[in-house]
Amino acid sequence: MARISGVDLPRQKRIEIALTYIYGIGRSRALEILESAGIDPSVRTHDLTDEDVGRIRKTIESGYKVEGTLRTEVSMNIKRLMDIGCYRGLRHRRGLPVRGQRTHTNARTHKGKRKAIAGKKKAPKK
Amino acid sequence: MPRSVKKGPYIDLRLLEKIEEMNSRGEKKVVKTWARASTISPDFVGHTVAVHNGNKFIPVYISENMVGHKLGEFAPTRLFRGHGGKLADKRSKVR
Repeated sequence: MARISGVDLPRQKRIEIALTYIYGIGRSRALEILESAGIDPSVRTHDLTDEDVGRIRKTIESGYKVEGTLRTEVSMNIKRLMDIGCYRGLRHRRGLPVRGQRTHTNARTHKGKRKAIAGKKKAPKK
Repeated sequence: MPRSVKKGPYIDLRLLEKIEEMNSRGEKKVVKTWARASTISPDFVGHTVAVHNGNKFIPVYISENMVGHKLGEFAPTRLFRGHGGKLADKRSKVR
C-alpha cells in the first residue's frame, strides 16, 4: 500500500520505524522527514491517508538521496578510490578492512567467511 | 578525525614551491619527495611526483581525482607477497 521510493513499508509498524526500511533513512532522518511533512511519528503506517503518504514521498524526493541513487553514489565513491590507486582503494580491491583495523584475527565482516587453508594442521584437541 | 579547518590543509611548502615554479615555466619534471604527509593540492594535477616509500621513490602521476588525498596514500610502504607456496606466488603477480 504505502510504497515509497520503491520500497513497501510494513503496515503494522509506527511510521517512524517503517520509514527506516528505506535504504538511506535511519531513525533521525525518519523523524526529520515526518516533522517537515507535519505527520505524527507514532501513527501506524496503515492509518496514514494517501495524502500523508504523498507528503512524505515529496519530502523524501526533494531532500534526500535514498535507495538506488544512494547505492550508486556509494559504489561510485569506492570505485573512485580503486581507480586512483590509493591505499584505501587497494584495501577495497583486496576485500580487506579499509580503516586500519587488525587483520591477524577478526575482520570477518569485510573478509567474509573463513577460507580453509590447504595443509594447515588443526590444533590438537586435549 | 579530520584536520582542523582553521589550519587549512597541510601542503609541504618546499614541494609546492617547486611545483609552482614548474607551473609558471610550463615544464614538467619528476620531483622527488619524502613529504608523504603532504596533501595534494590542485596545483599538482598533471605532474608526476616521486614519493618515497621508505625504500625507493614511487612515481605517482597526479590526476584530478587525487586532489585532497595525501601523497603517501599512493606509495605503499609494505609489500605483501602472500602466504604459502605456489598459489600465493600467482596471486601476488596478479596485483
